[in-house]
Amino acid sequence: MMPQDFVPVLLTFAVVGGFAGIALVATHFLGPKAYSPIKQDTYECGVDYIGDSRSRFSVKFYLVAVLFVMFDLEVVFMYPWAVNFRTLGTFGLATMGIFLVILTVGLLYEWKKGALEWD
Amino acid sequence: MPEIVAFLIEKTLVTIFVFIVVLTVVAFTTWIERIVAGHIQMRYGPNRAGPKGLFQVAADGVKFFMKEEFIPDRANKVLFVIAPTFTFMAAGFIMAVIPFGDRIMIGGREVLLQIADLNIAVLYVLAIGSLGVYGIIAGGWASNNKYSLMGGLRASSQMISYEIAMGLAIVALLLDHGTLSLRQIVLNQQGAIWHWSVFSHPIGFIIFYVAAFAESARVPFDLPEAENEIVAGYHTEYSAMKFGLFMFGEYVHMVLGSALIATLYFGGWSIPWVTAPEEPGLLWGLATFAVLWIKTYFFVFVYMWVRWTLPRFRYDQLMNLGWKRLIPIGVVNIFITAALLVVFQHLGIAG
Repeated sequence: MMPQDFVPVLLTFAVVGGFAGIALVATHFLGPKAYSPIKQDTYECGVDYIGDSRSRFSVKFYLVAVLFVMFDLEVVFMYPWAVNFRTLGTFGLATMGIFLVILTVGLLYEWKKGALEWD
Repeated sequence: MPEIVAFLIEKTLVTIFVFIVVLTVVAFTTWIERIVAGHIQMRYGPNRAGPKGLFQVAADGVKFFMKEEFIPDRANKVLFVIAPTFTFMAAGFIMAVIPFGDRIMIGGREVLLQIADLNIAVLYVLAIGSLGVYGIIAGGWASNNKYSLMGGLRASSQMISYEIAMGLAIVALLLDHGTLSLRQIVLNQQGAIWHWSVFSHPIGFIIFYVAAFAESARVPFDLPEAENEIVAGYHTEYSAMKFGLFMFGEYVHMVLGSALIATLYFGGWSIPWVTAPEEPGLLWGLATFAVLWIKTYFFVFVYMWVRWTLPRFRYDQLMNLGWKRLIPIGVVNIFITAALLVVFQHLGIAG
């Protein structure tokens, strides 16, 4: 693996990003523009809007995000282990088995705590 | 010609070729989806613009460009403009590592029908693929609309939940292949048809496929844009090309996700029982290229089929399926796969 292997990836970034950028700029110049204060209003099914949407929302979404960070990290830990599994053999199986048990206990704990309930 | 210049020219041509092919396929997928929907619901679907309605794609494209660019007064302007671009780019960047075909020889030069054969390709796909959620949540929040905010929150929650299940399914696959390079994974699956990973990892495949459905936010996981609850979810306030980029991003995600499923579990570009010729020419390249797209399109078709067949989940059912079913099954699947591999190793059976 050489740094130059990533040059084509940067090329893809440029091509895809360029397409998106050009599309946005082109539609900015091509489309009609008619400003009207009522049209520029927030859409709430045609009725005057009530309050602001910068308000509070269910804590559940926050909880899911926190759980995600923990579990995703644990999955990331497994990648190097999985790639080298054939050379690690039984030792690898035993160590990762312990890790998986801890992971499962954590999942069961939050399950019983009701962190996964959504109602 | 110095090697570095030849390398740059080769890679630029391959990149542009792949980009154009993907974009064309994605554009026609929007048309095919409506034709499939029409036939499933016993009606014609688009058939006015051009023969069989084929020019519908061009008509839609022109309309995206010619519509008024609309930004609500109360929106956060910068984020509102950046968000759809971000979603589209996160979906499109995945094409960089997908092996679209084998190596071919052109004028004594070895050309790989893949933009970049990274040795961390699987990690790259997961990392870039998960960036799409930023565009959606930014778009939902920046619109300053309650429906958009709800859609954005739902989308982010759903996507991050199923990302874990997807990661676990891939770990089980990596135990077997022992590499993160997608090209190497395809090479491992060459030969007889039962060398395809789907036969050795059926549970992992099911988890991955369900998670891929949820990641692309399509029926039955389309709660982020459930139109009878929250209008159009995170893209309620979007119009013209900014909406177009959101929609295009979704289709790119679907097509490249299907290509990834074909690559990881169904042998990618490899043709069962056929080995690469000694001197792989353009014909071999086209054959492998076509085989990958046939496999990919089968999964794209299943996406459409499911979309017009199944109803939508409720949000608690969606979360239960992700956290209480797929993740435990994924963990158990890893452990069983690892244990079986160790047993096979001791018995001296490879693979």
